[in-house]
Amino acid sequence: MQYAPSPPSARPRRSLARFLPQAVLAPSLAATFLYVVVFALWSVWIALSNSTLLPDYSYAGFIHFAELWRNHRWTIAYTNLFLFGTLYVIGATLLGLLLAILIDQRVRAEALWRTIFLYPLAISFVVTGTVWRWIFNPTSGVQQLVRDLGWAGFTFDWIVRRDLAIYTVVITGIWQASGFAMALFLAGLRAVDPDLVKAAQIDGARMSRIYLRIILPSIRPIFIAVMVILLQFAIKTFDLVLALTSGGPGISTTVPAIYVYDLMFQRGQLGEGAAAAIMVLLALLLVLVPYGVWIGWQRRRERAHG
Amino acid sequence: MASLGIRGVTKRFGALAVLENIDLDVEPGEFIVLVGPSGCGKSTLLAMIAGLETPSAGEIRIGGRVVNDVPPKDRDIAMVFQSYALYPTMTVRQNITFGMESRRVPRAQQDAAVARVAALLQIETLLRRRPAQLSGGQRQRVAMGRALVRDPALFLFDEPLSNLDAKLRIEMRTEIKKLHQRLGKTTVYVTHDQVEAMTLASRIAVMHRGRVQQFDRPRIVYERPANMFVAGFMGAPAMNFLAAEVVIADGRPALVLSEGAKSAPLPVPPVGPGVMLRAGRRVVLGIRPETLADAARPHLEPGSAHAVLDGIVEVVEPTGPETMVVVRLGGREVVARFDPDAAPTVGERVSLGVDLAKACLFDPDSERLI
Ligand SMILES: Nc1ncnc2c1ncn2[C@@H]1O[C@H](COP(=O)(O)OP(=O)(O)OP(=O)(O)O)[C@@H](O)[C@H]1O
Ligand SMILES: [Mg+2]
Repeated sequence: MQYAPSPPSARPRRSLARFLPQAVLAPSLAATFLYVVVFALWSVWIALSNSTLLPDYSYAGFIHFAELWRNHRWTIAYTNLFLFGTLYVIGATLLGLLLAILIDQRVRAEALWRTIFLYPLAISFVVTGTVWRWIFNPTSGVQQLVRDLGWAGFTFDWIVRRDLAIYTVVITGIWQASGFAMALFLAGLRAVDPDLVKAAQIDGARMSRIYLRIILPSIRPIFIAVMVILLQFAIKTFDLVLALTSGGPGISTTVPAIYVYDLMFQRGQLGEGAAAAIMVLLALLLVLVPYGVWIGWQRRRERAHG
Repeated sequence: MASLGIRGVTKRFGALAVLENIDLDVEPGEFIVLVGPSGCGKSTLLAMIAGLETPSAGEIRIGGRVVNDVPPKDRDIAMVFQSYALYPTMTVRQNITFGMESRRVPRAQQDAAVARVAALLQIETLLRRRPAQLSGGQRQRVAMGRALVRDPALFLFDEPLSNLDAKLRIEMRTEIKKLHQRLGKTTVYVTHDQVEAMTLASRIAVMHRGRVQQFDRPRIVYERPANMFVAGFMGAPAMNFLAAEVVIADGRPALVLSEGAKSAPLPVPPVGPGVMLRAGRRVVLGIRPETLADAARPHLEPGSAHAVLDGIVEVVEPTGPETMVVVRLGGREVVARFDPDAAPTVGERVSLGVDLAKACLFDPDSERLI
């Protein structure tokens, strides 16, 4: 059998069809390139330049970085980012997962629970921070409440303790974000084929094992989505801290976002501010690059076996 | 090997009764097929045998032991799902060993069992792949492997072949039959394909509207269907139904077709023991297409209980080995089977020979076999 060559008029249309998706995507790709890559490179340049109050593009080397790391406030902010980021991402993920698993057991009034847990996300950071400040406040919050109930020796004064105040930020952040994590996890759990669970029951696995070995591994993409989104929440955290502790007591709960804002827009230190922003970017890469390498390695291994 | 006993099992979802008063007794080593149209409750019955659903009433015994309150893992069963339900993040080997791991079977024993099953199903080369990297037929084999490795008392299959293409389905059907002949395990197999039911079963349970309509050997179900539903469901093309009336001719009962087709009174097909047909009783005559054939065909010996009906050809459907012909007999269309060489053309007048020894009589009101 012979195939007739396609009529000539088909060719331009086909190339248009191939070109169209790219043409539609081009503006947003260009914008992404501009905002992410170009501005990131621009920040690197500014960090390495003599800029202070105004941009000054003469090369200055690493003086801004050196200055940054001499500053005690910055090292605290940077440590806080790691501490807060780790606890917040892990805490909100685990709590969200737990809530999703509990709701997935066909509880009654499921929609009500979902709304309750998702609600914190609808409240602005400033309101959240303010309300939790009252709750943590030793003279108006939980401590006083429990003391009024009769336990006179009860203390819960983390928010005024330099060494513990950062954990109040963690708790508040987890409270706000875990409902969001729950919503994504619940959607994932609902998409798991119920026959898998039945098969595993016949295979003699207990419920905990079914979750650990079958259900949770099959929603791994959701874990990744949740953690990446929480990670960027963590790095952006700014107004929550301002409303809750204003970075205090002292400077104990300062985070890089506050520090960068201060340097750039309050003190006119463009170069050092950019250097601090680059350090945040590096912290992010510290997490993402090993992850990317691991994924690539796994893909390759899978293909080798397939 | 174990027997399976189902006594008076009823299942309700809220107010909806899905299964009503099911009774089935399965001997050790039997291959039982549950067949019926979509939604008749086959999967629900299987899930109750597996322990994945609880009966609203009634009793289920496996190997003589009442298992109503026994969880699935302790029922000594293995099940193959229609969707295969392979664990997507595990390799084929892990899929097969998961059950043994859950039961803490020693490693060496696991390896031996995997090797045995992989050889049996010829999936040795697939053991390190994931389900997503398998074809439909390979997935089906792996799902079978996961069940076979258990060496259970009872096998349950829920439409295991319905996701395969026609050719593969027939191959796998034969393999399942071979496997059963080799292993001799008691098996309950759900399908809505009546050919699968006929070829595999030692006994068929035909289900409809939540009830077992007939539970018997394939040949009996085919030749002596208990009612018009079973008669119409088993066999393709379906059995022809013709309204008729009993008359007395030469002192013996005979049939006259009610709708138009004129013929001499027809001999009466075999009826149940002790049944007396009185003149004037209305009946439904059921004739399988293969017993309604070209009158010139030699299968009709003169003197056997046969008759000839005349009609006009409406549609001709060649299938290859034979040609199905839709013929109008008076007011009714019937399907008859012709040799491809002797197939008539549309509009032609044909004579159809009926072998009434193989026909059935039904009561038009109760629809039961007479
Ligand atoms: N969990 C449930 N809740 C309510 N109704 C249900 C439930 N499970 C099944 N049913 C109903 O029970 C009936 C029988 O379902 P079942 O799955 O057993 O049918 P089936 O014979 O296996 O059909 P198919 O051939 O399509 O698989 C259907 O009408 C179905 O809607
Ligand atoms: Mg079903």
